Amino acid sequence: MTTTISEYRGMSAVENVTKALAAAKAADEYHAMLSLSETRALERATKVDNGEITGRLAGVPFVAKDNFLTFGGTTTAASKFLEHFEAPLQATAIEKLEAEGAICIGKTNLDAFAHGGSTENSAFGVTHNSADETRVAGGSSGGSAVATALGFVPFAIGTDTGGSIRQPASFNGVIGVKPTYGTVSRFGVVAMASSTDTIGCFATTAEDAELVMDIMAGRDTNDMTTLPDFFAPVEVKANQKIGIIKEFMTEDVDMDVRARVTAYIDNLKAAGHTVEEVSLPILQYALAMYYIIVPAEISSNLARYDGIRYGARAASNDLTETYGMSRDQGFMAENKRRIMIGSYVLSSGYFDAYYLQAQKARTLLINAFNELFASYDVLIGPVSPTPAFKIGENTADPVKMYLADVMTVPASLAGLPAISVPAGVTSDNLPVGVQLIGQRRSDAQLLALAKSLEEQA
Amino acid sequence: MTTAITRDDVLHLAQLSSLQLSEEEITSLEQDLGNILGYVEQLSELDTTGVEPTYQVTDLENVMREDVVQTAAVDREALLALAPDQEKQQIKVPKVL
Repeated sequence: MTTTISEYRGMSAVENVTKALAAAKAADEYHAMLSLSETRALERATKVDNGEITGRLAGVPFVAKDNFLTFGGTTTAASKFLEHFEAPLQATAIEKLEAEGAICIGKTNLDAFAHGGSTENSAFGVTHNSADETRVAGGSSGGSAVATALGFVPFAIGTDTGGSIRQPASFNGVIGVKPTYGTVSRFGVVAMASSTDTIGCFATTAEDAELVMDIMAGRDTNDMTTLPDFFAPVEVKANQKIGIIKEFMTEDVDMDVRARVTAYIDNLKAAGHTVEEVSLPILQYALAMYYIIVPAEISSNLARYDGIRYGARAASNDLTETYGMSRDQGFMAENKRRIMIGSYVLSSGYFDAYYLQAQKARTLLINAFNELFASYDVLIGPVSPTPAFKIGENTADPVKMYLADVMTVPASLAGLPAISVPAGVTSDNLPVGVQLIGQRRSDAQLLALAKSLEEQA
Repeated sequence: MTTAITRDDVLHLAQLSSLQLSEEEITSLEQDLGNILGYVEQLSELDTTGVEPTYQVTDLENVMREDVVQTAAVDREALLALAPDQEKQQIKVPKVL
C-alpha cells in the first residue's frame, strides 16, 4: 500500500517513524534498504513531537539512495570501497529536507556508484521489483523506487544521471522526477557524471513530488552549477501543445508499453490538450553520445577512490600496488568497464574521434530539442522500451543493458526536466510509466500537468 | 559491431585507470570493451563539421564568490579519522620510493 505525505501530518512523529521502520523490516525480502538509521530517526522524531523541530514535512519519514551523505549510519554507494564509510557531513538536499522536519529512516540500494539500470550491480545484493519479485527494480535508484511503491515512506530521494530515477519509477508504478540540470545542489552526493548528475525524488502523487522538489531546489554556494531557485508550484496551463516522440513509439517498443502511453495520450486529449506526432531523428545517436561522455566523466570523478584518504585500502607495502588493488577490490565489474571506457575515449589519439565528437553531437541534440520547444510545450513517450525485465536477463551483455536507457538519456544530455508518471499496468500486471519532457526550468509545469490528469482519473 | 580490443589494450587501459585486474577480468574486458566501443562508434556517421562542443548545460557563466576564507564544513580531526591509516596527525601511506 502506498502512502502520501498528508497521511503523516498531525500524527505523532515517533509513531510515523516506528511504523515506517517496521514496514521496511517486514518487507526485507525485497532488499530495498541497505541500512536503517533507527537511533537518529527516533531522536529526531522525539524532537518533532516536542515541538523543537517544525516545518512543512514535520515528522514525515523518507529514505535516501545510499549515495547521499547522511549522518546516523554509513554511506556506501553500494560499494565495497565505502562499505564502512561514515560521512562527516550531510548532503545539501538532506539538510534542506531536515530543515523542514522530514526524517530520514534509512538508505536504499543502488547499482554501485549509480552505474547501472537494474540495481543488480550492488555489492550488497539485488533489489526486487515491487510488483514481481522475479524482476528487477530498475536502477540505479532501485531501492528508493521500491521503498516508495511498497509504502515504507511517502517519498524517497535519488539521483538521475541517465534515467536512474525515471526508469525505476516506471518499473514500480510511482512518480519519478528528474529536474532541470542545476535545480538541486549536488553537494554531498557521490559524484558520477558531473555534467548530467541531477537530484530528484520519488512520490505517489504529483503534489507530494512538487513539495519535495520545492524544498530541495535552490542555489547552493557549495555547488556552483546550481541555478537560482526557479521552482514554484504553478497551475496547469490550458490547451497545451504536446508532441509524441515518433522514434520512441516504434514496433521495437513493447506493445503493452505503447498501449499504456497511448491511453495516457487519450486522457491528455480529453483534457483539452493538442497532441501530435513529432520526429527527432538525432535521438538514434543519443545513447552512443551518453556512453562516451558519461564514462569519460566517471573515469575522472572516480579517480578519487584510491584507498588513501578514505574508504577501503588493500594491504600492500607498495604504493602503486595499493592503488591498483584497492581499486580492483573496491569497484564492481560495471564500474571498471566505465572507468576504462572513459580512459579510452579521453586518450590522446582517440579524444577527437570519441569525446569531442560526442560533445559536438550533444550540441546537435540540444538544438533539435530547442527547435521542437519553439512549437511544443511538452514532449511525451515511454520511459523505457519494456516493463521491468527478469533478474539476470541482461547482466551478461553490457550493451543490451545500456539499451534499456535509450529513452531516458536524451533529456539528461540536454539538461531538460523529465518526469515518469504511472500509466497503468501491462497484461502481466507490470507497471508502465509515461515520460513527460519539458524545456529547461519548466519542471513545475510538468508536475502540474501530471497532477491535472490524476484529478481527472 | 565490435571494435578489436587486444589484451595489451586492456592492460594499457588498466594501467591508465590504476586498476590491477585479475586474469579472468582481463579476458572478459577484452570482449566487453570491444562491444561497447563498437556500439558508440556509430557516432562517427554524424556530420559535426563546424559544430561547437557542449561541455555543460547550466546556461551559467563565470559564477563568482567573494574572495574570503570560508569556514570548512568538516574539521581536520573528522577528516583524518576517515583515513585507513594515520599517525601523528597525518595520513600514513605505504613506501613511495
